[in-house]
This record gives sequence, structure tokens and C-alpha cells, in this order.
Amino acid sequence: MNIDYSQEAPAVAGRLTLAEIEELVAKPLDSRPDKKYFIALSISGGALMIGAVCLAISFYYGLGLWGNNQPIGWAFDIVNFVFWVGIGHAGTLISAILFLLRQKWRTGIARFAEAMTIFAVICAGIFPAIHTGRPWLDGYLLPYPNQHHLWVNFTSPLLWDVFAVSTYFTVSLVFWYIGLIPDFATLRDRTSSKIKKTIYSLFSLGWRHSSRHWQHYEKAYMLLAGFATPLVLSVHTIVSFDFAVSILPGWHTTIFPPYFVAGAIFSGFAMVVTVLVFVRKIFNLENIITMDHLDKMNKVILATGMMVGYAYGMEFFIAWYSGVQAEQFVFVNRAFGPYAWAYWIMVSCNVIFPQLFWVRKFRRSIPVMMVIVILVNVGMWFERFVITVTSLHRDFLPSSWAYYTPTLYDFGILIGSFGLFFTLVILFTKSLPVVSISEVKAVAEGAQPSHHGGVANA
Amino acid sequence: MHNTNLFGVSALFDSPDKIILVAKKTAEAGFTNFDINTPYPIHGIEKAMKLKPSKLGFITLVFGLTGSFIALFFMYWTMSIDYPMIISGKPFFALPAFIPVTFEVTVLLATLATVIGMITFFFKFPENHHPLHDTNYMKQVSKDKFGLVIESTDKNFELEKVKEFLQSLNPISIEEIYYQAKENNSVLEPRFLTLLFVIALVTSGTTYFILNKLLYMTPFDWMSTQLKLNPQKPSELFSDGFGMRTPVAGTVAQGFIPYLSKGNPNPTELLENPYLITEENIKIGKSKYLTFCSPCHGNFGDGDSRLRGQFPNPPSLHSKRARDFKDGMIYHVIVNGQNSMPSYAPYLDNEERWAVVNYIRVLQRAKNASESDIQFAKKENVKNASN
Repeated sequence: MNIDYSQEAPAVAGRLTLAEIEELVAKPLDSRPDKKYFIALSISGGALMIGAVCLAISFYYGLGLWGNNQPIGWAFDIVNFVFWVGIGHAGTLISAILFLLRQKWRTGIARFAEAMTIFAVICAGIFPAIHTGRPWLDGYLLPYPNQHHLWVNFTSPLLWDVFAVSTYFTVSLVFWYIGLIPDFATLRDRTSSKIKKTIYSLFSLGWRHSSRHWQHYEKAYMLLAGFATPLVLSVHTIVSFDFAVSILPGWHTTIFPPYFVAGAIFSGFAMVVTVLVFVRKIFNLENIITMDHLDKMNKVILATGMMVGYAYGMEFFIAWYSGVQAEQFVFVNRAFGPYAWAYWIMVSCNVIFPQLFWVRKFRRSIPVMMVIVILVNVGMWFERFVITVTSLHRDFLPSSWAYYTPTLYDFGILIGSFGLFFTLVILFTKSLPVVSISEVKAVAEGAQPSHHGGVANA
Repeated sequence: MHNTNLFGVSALFDSPDKIILVAKKTAEAGFTNFDINTPYPIHGIEKAMKLKPSKLGFITLVFGLTGSFIALFFMYWTMSIDYPMIISGKPFFALPAFIPVTFEVTVLLATLATVIGMITFFFKFPENHHPLHDTNYMKQVSKDKFGLVIESTDKNFELEKVKEFLQSLNPISIEEIYYQAKENNSVLEPRFLTLLFVIALVTSGTTYFILNKLLYMTPFDWMSTQLKLNPQKPSELFSDGFGMRTPVAGTVAQGFIPYLSKGNPNPTELLENPYLITEENIKIGKSKYLTFCSPCHGNFGDGDSRLRGQFPNPPSLHSKRARDFKDGMIYHVIVNGQNSMPSYAPYLDNEERWAVVNYIRVLQRAKNASESDIQFAKKENVKNASN
């Protein structure tokens, strides 16, 4: 096998012209959705309804319907929250960090990944809101001047969460919208429908593809990417503080912030690959979301998976090395106690199976890739479950030890969050360009002035 | 062309190399009010067009720093000044714990300011009525062509010369772009006034409805309708309609041990004073005496009532009889009452009653001091002054 590593693989395959790229991306928006689309939408919508019903019943009767109780006071709500926030992190990584690193291959997948960020953060945001039991009182989480002259506790990680997640959502949304403005303008200029034109005009704000604007636009994009990069790291760091700042063995470790961030990127990339594999097939985007892109994402999954594996090992090492009995007990109990099944699901899905990605053939095989990324999704959900539940279920007082079992309502709400996520994803694929048209055009072959032509030759 | 003005002349080109060349030549020809429209940003175009670097970063810097400052100051003010509270033994100004929120607010404010500033201040958006919209030129540069437009506001603009210049650049096509002269919209137009009126009506109506009606409907009335007893409202819980209940028979409230000689005007068995005369005890006694006793007995026990005859004046506490009372007798009078004086038992607990007794003793000693007392007081004064 002779691969020439001196030449970077083209970001857009198949030598597409600019018009062809635009046509390919905009086509799903011009046609009516077919039967399969509605079948998919009804499945995800059904899951969403299950969640909505379970939530409604939970609020009517109270949160006692959920499985968490002393000593396992935190369970599915925080597990799902951390899981979904983590999923979101891949989008920002692709759109911001890879942008700063000048990785051209990000252009094909950035829009979709950013959309997934926003949807995942919406799903994540539900859980802290509902776990209060009376979500209509959640306004008290914000510092506002009130009759009692009370303020929120600014030294609490749970409050940092409120600020981090809401900032993350707002910034991701703005970043996404900024990327969409030129595409809205392009769609506005190609559509023949009057209603669509009005809507696109409204959202394009009157964008004219002017170079005088592009100059500021690129600057803004760079600044936003520069802010989104530390932001994405801060969000999962703060999420990990929810655990690490407490003094519970199994949670109180300094490795948590980097470990959580690596895990977030790991799970997020797995989710992006899961969805993109379908999207590129259904919308014929194989030339824009190429096998090289998937290959690169799988490499990231392999790398972050090993970081997570290192963290698992290091937690055990530190537990032993610290000599703290309670700490050692928690970790031995984690691996061999009543929740050993969850622990070993986590280890095998997150550390063992992704090792297959060392083989180039597996990285570039759709079926193998699908199996592994779904296992990673499962494994990363279990990671949060293991961290939360196993650390809590055997606390310092053996008389209060308990075994946590989720109830039907817990599962219903989890299913509902997946339903919400995929409903939003499905609606997105038919209403907005799933690939950034202007960005992909800019990295197509011959799209930029050649080094020896242009000005130099003039 | 009727009622239209010339916006500019546009030309389309088909390659990025070409448009860089065109931009360079246009700038060199002395045009300033021209624009290059491309479907995506072209590297190096700003240099060819001789544009100044974007100043957007300044907005980001200013608002980012403002965000950090506001967040830090706000947290300092709430946690250290307005409602100081010790949490987990942290200082009031716990800088490390304030860093996450400071960072988030900085990022939020900087991002929003950058984007809003760019859109409104740098782009002057939204602007969906620009002359370039809905032209063939716009449709082409939106897709895959690269365009140049020289605006009529340029100081070197002369239609024929500009067209000649564009022709010399070998474009695919040249298009003149016109726009409709702006209609003169008067603020006093009836339609606009109606709109203002409708907006005012809807806004005030909605506000009125929300504040005065909606908030009193279920479920928004959860704050006002609670399962508790409201003052002046009958209780729904008890059959007699009273929310306050009498204590169970035999209940003794703390500090209110029942007094055995109650109702007896001249008890033979008097209680002994169980409290030592300490400074603290005297302070309690003084405060209680001034609150409950002084209105009738006077501030110094002279029987000079402040009630201006609305209630009979009591005799002086400095009479021989009163001075000869045992502590227990004064206690008895406080608890039981005497003549027209009611019982003060409900207002004073056991310690306070004895404290009042002690304070009355202080007043009596002060008002009827012996020579040795005065000598002692003088000595004490000298001692205190020398200290």
C-alpha cells in the first residue's frame, strides 16, 4: 500500500464545482420530505412523547416516582445531564478548535456537529431544570434583585453550572447562526418560492457576500472560535466540579476536569459519527463528508478513548497510592462490587473496543465503525452512571448502603431525551443546509487563488 | 428610466485568480467606493482591495473586560457587602470560587458584543432593501461567480468611463444596477399612527391582563393560595374555625413555671430570690422595668406616672413599706398584681421577674443612700477616673 503523506487528501472529493456543491447541499431543502422521513420523525417523536408523558406524571405525583433515594440522591438526572453536555462538546471542538488549528476537513462536518451541540445542550439543560422537582421555580437559580435581598451562592459549582451551560448554549447558538448567514443568503438567491425567500431574507439579514463584510466576518469567526475553545473546556471542567468539589471518595479527585473533557470529546465524536454515517448516505454527501473525514474522526475517538482509559487506570493508582482507605474501598467496590457489571461495560466499550481503530481497514469500514461508535455511546453513558451511582451507593455508614434501581419513569425520561435530540436532528436535516455551503466552497479545489497566479503574475 | 437612480455598475468574473487581479486594478485606478462580492471569502482579497484591517477586535476587548469586571464586582458586592454569608469557611471575597462565573460572563458578553456589533455597527444590517438584492449579479455571486461593483457615489464615477474600464478587465458580463427612489414616508401617516396606537393598546392591555388577572389565576397564584392560616381568616382545618389552639392541659411553657401563690393577696410562703445580683441581671431588669413598670411607677420608682391620670398613680417604691418588702413579696406583686395593678406574668418570664426585683432594689438603694454609700461611690469614681 503506497500512501503519499506529503499531499493532504482533498477536503472535497470528486472534483465538484462550486455550483455542484451548492446543489448537493441545498437539494434536500427543495424537495418535499418522503415517506421514510415521516417514519423516522414519528419514531423519534414517539420517543419524545414517552418522555413528555413520564415527565408530566413525575411532576403531578412528585419526583418520588424516580428511583433515586438516600443514599443515592443523584442518579439518572445528573447522569443524563453529563452525558448530553458531553455529546455537545464534539461540535464545538470541530467548529472552533479544528478551525483554529486550520484543519480544512472540518468544513464538511462542522455545521452538523454544531447543530448537534445545540440540540445536545437543549437535552442536557432539561435535566438540571427538572431535577429540582418544581421546574417553574427555576428562575431562582438566577441572581436577580428580590424582596428577600437574597442572592445565589456564587461559590457553588452547581451555580457555575447554570452560568456555564447557559453561556455555552448561547455562544454555540450565535456561532452556528453566524455560520449560517451566508448560506441563508445563498438559499435566498436560489429559491423560487416566495415564502421561502421571505424567511431566508429575514435570517440572512441582507447579506451581500461583500468582501468588505467577509473581512469582518472572518475576524468575528476567528474571535468566536477563540472564545469557544476555552469555553468548551471550561464547561465540562465545571460539570466535573459538581463532583470533584465535593468530598466524596470516588468524586474528590483532581483528575476529573481533564478526564471529563476527554470523555466529552470521545462521546461527542462517537455521536457525530453515528449520525453522519446516515446523513451522508441518505443525502448523497459522500463527496463532502468523505471517508477520509470519518477516518480522521475515528482517530480522534481512538486517541480520546485511550485518554479516558488512562484516567480509569490513574484513578485506581491514586486510590492505592493515596493510602486513603475509603478511597480504596470505593474503587475496589466499583470494579468488583454490586455494580461491577456497569463498570465492565464501561471499560470494555470505552477502552477495549475502540482499540480496533488502530487498524486502518476498520477505521474506514462503515459497519465496523457503526458498531464501535454505538458501543462508545453506551460506554460513555455508563461511565457517568458508574461515577455517580457507585460512589454514592456505599457511603461511610454501612447501615445505609443501598442498591439503586431506576424506575420506568427514569427510563421513560431518558428515552424522551433521545427522542427530543433525534427529532431536532431530523427536523434540522430538512430545514437548514446540513453542510456549510460557503465554507465547503472555500476549500474546494481551485477555490482559492493559486500561489503563483493571481496578484504575483499581474 | 422613471423614478430610478443609478446605484453602480457591476461586472462578473469566473475565477478567484481573476478577481484578485480585478480588485487590485480597481483599487489602483483610484476607485474607493467599490466592492467585491464572492460566494466565500477569498484569501488575500483585502490586500488587493487595499482595505484596512478589521477593528472588530476592539469591541471584543472592551466588552470582554467589561464582562469580567461586572461579574467580579457583582459577586463581590452580593457576597461581601449586600448579604455577606460564610460558605464552607471561604472568605467573603473568595476569588478562586469566583473565577468560573467571571470567565463565563466575560465570554458571553464578548461574544454577543462582537456579533451584535459586527451586524449592526459594521454591516448596518438588517438591510434587505439594498439595491444589489434581487439582481442577476447577486444571484451569480451567491452561487459561483466573482463580482465587482463600482458605486455611483465614487468621486471618479462617470458611467461611460467606468464601463470602459470594466470592459478592459475582460468580464463575463456587465450590468448596470438601479434602485427605486425612496418614498417619502411621513411619520404622521394615518397607517403608521394606527400601528403605534395598536402597539400601545396591545402592550398595555397585555401588561394589565398579566399583572392584574393572569397572576391571580391557577396555577400562577401558587404564592398567594397556600394551605396555611391567613390572619383574619377562619381555619378550614378545625371545626371551631380557630387557627390558634390552646395548649394541651398541663403544658408548661419554657420559663413560665406556674406560680403557686397565684390569686392570694397576702401569701405567707414567699419565694427566695434565686438570682445573684450581677451586672447582666441588672441590665435585663432595667430594660424590663423601663418597658413594663416605668409608665406607671416612673423611671426611678417615684410613682410619677407618665399616663396623665388615665390610670391611678401607684404609690412610690421608696416608701418604708416598699423598702421593707422581701424580694419574694415584690416578685409576688409582679406575678399576681395588687389593687389596680394587673399581673405581669404573661410578659415576663421567671428570670426577668427576678431581674426586675433586683433592679427595684438598685433604685431603692440609690434613692435612699446612706453616708457610707456616698463615700463608697466617690471612691469608686476616683478609682475609675485614675484608670
